[in-house]
Amino acid sequence: MSAAQVGVLAALRRTAWSPYAVGAGIGMLSWFAFATADHPLGITTAFEHAAALLGGVASPSLEHGSYFSAERAEGSPPKIGWEWTLVGGVFLGAWLSSRLSGDRPKEDVPALWAWRFGDGRATRYAGAFLGAALMMLGARIAQGCTSGHAISGVLQLALSSWIFAAVMFAAAVGTAFALFGREGARRV
Amino acid sequence: MFDSPLRLALGLGTGVVFGFLLQKGQVAKYRVIMAQLLLRDWTVAKIMLTAIAVGAVGVYALVGGGHAELHVKPAAFAALLIGGVLFGVGMAVLGLCPGTAVAACGAGRKDAAVGVLGMLVGAGVYVAAYEPVAALGRSLGTLGKVTLPALTYTSPWLWIVALVVAALAMRAVAGSRRPEGASA
Repeated sequence: MSAAQVGVLAALRRTAWSPYAVGAGIGMLSWFAFATADHPLGITTAFEHAAALLGGVASPSLEHGSYFSAERAEGSPPKIGWEWTLVGGVFLGAWLSSRLSGDRPKEDVPALWAWRFGDGRATRYAGAFLGAALMMLGARIAQGCTSGHAISGVLQLALSSWIFAAVMFAAAVGTAFALFGREGARRV
Repeated sequence: MFDSPLRLALGLGTGVVFGFLLQKGQVAKYRVIMAQLLLRDWTVAKIMLTAIAVGAVGVYALVGGGHAELHVKPAAFAALLIGGVLFGVGMAVLGLCPGTAVAACGAGRKDAAVGVLGMLVGAGVYVAAYEPVAALGRSLGTLGKVTLPALTYTSPWLWIVALVVAALAMRAVAGSRRPEGASA
């Protein structure tokens, strides 16, 4: 192997990259997404469409209900598209990165959570499930998440996304301190 | 029902790079997200502000050249306030956001996998309760799909230069240290 190939391989096997390099990479990836797919990077539309299509299979009457007609009127009926494979790709890319560096988890319950709520797996899984459900409900009400609003929307200078990013981070920081307090901030 | 195979492949390739970057950036981890929310470690902010500044330059250049269009979400105030609060509270309990939860799931974290399942259920609640929730979201009015430059009659490049300066200033202040204890 040439020296350059050895260097690239070593970089791919490293556990952590500089946050600025990662940020610049995500910024350039958003150019690619706009240029090739005319689409901002976003995660949660795929979840909404998956839930709608699953719901439509389980109960066909839903397809004539308010959600499907509103989305058709918007020109974005639920479908299996770019957004779905993007989410699948995020899973695969993180799997690949963690395999290359060996950066895979040793514990099931994060240390900060265990300090506050105990190291029982059931409690952590219940918290993760409910927190995630609430987060996704909020994302779909506001029409975006950390990727769709706080990165893609803010970089497009969208008023909605600047408001969402400010509200979301204020609520998240407030909740984190309410749950874990200053003592948690020292331990994290 | 389906996008073209080319679009599906483009989405997959874009996603693989996105997930790879999130994992290498250490943000697909409960500890790093919570350390940001508890204001102890600024990795998340460094990644996001750099991504926003770099992204804005290229995306506005593409739009200016007619190679892409902006995709702006409507500024419906009640939807943004209610959605933003629910999102923030849920994110602080889960300890991951939607993209980093999917990435953490790929990196083998079981609580993140449970979270991904919860996300699907949360999306289902939204679809099932669509009509009342959408009405509530419109209740404080909307300014539509408006951008800050359009709202203030300024050039977008003024805002983009400010974002680039902010990102460079953050880098100058914080240096390029990696997150401490990156393994947790």
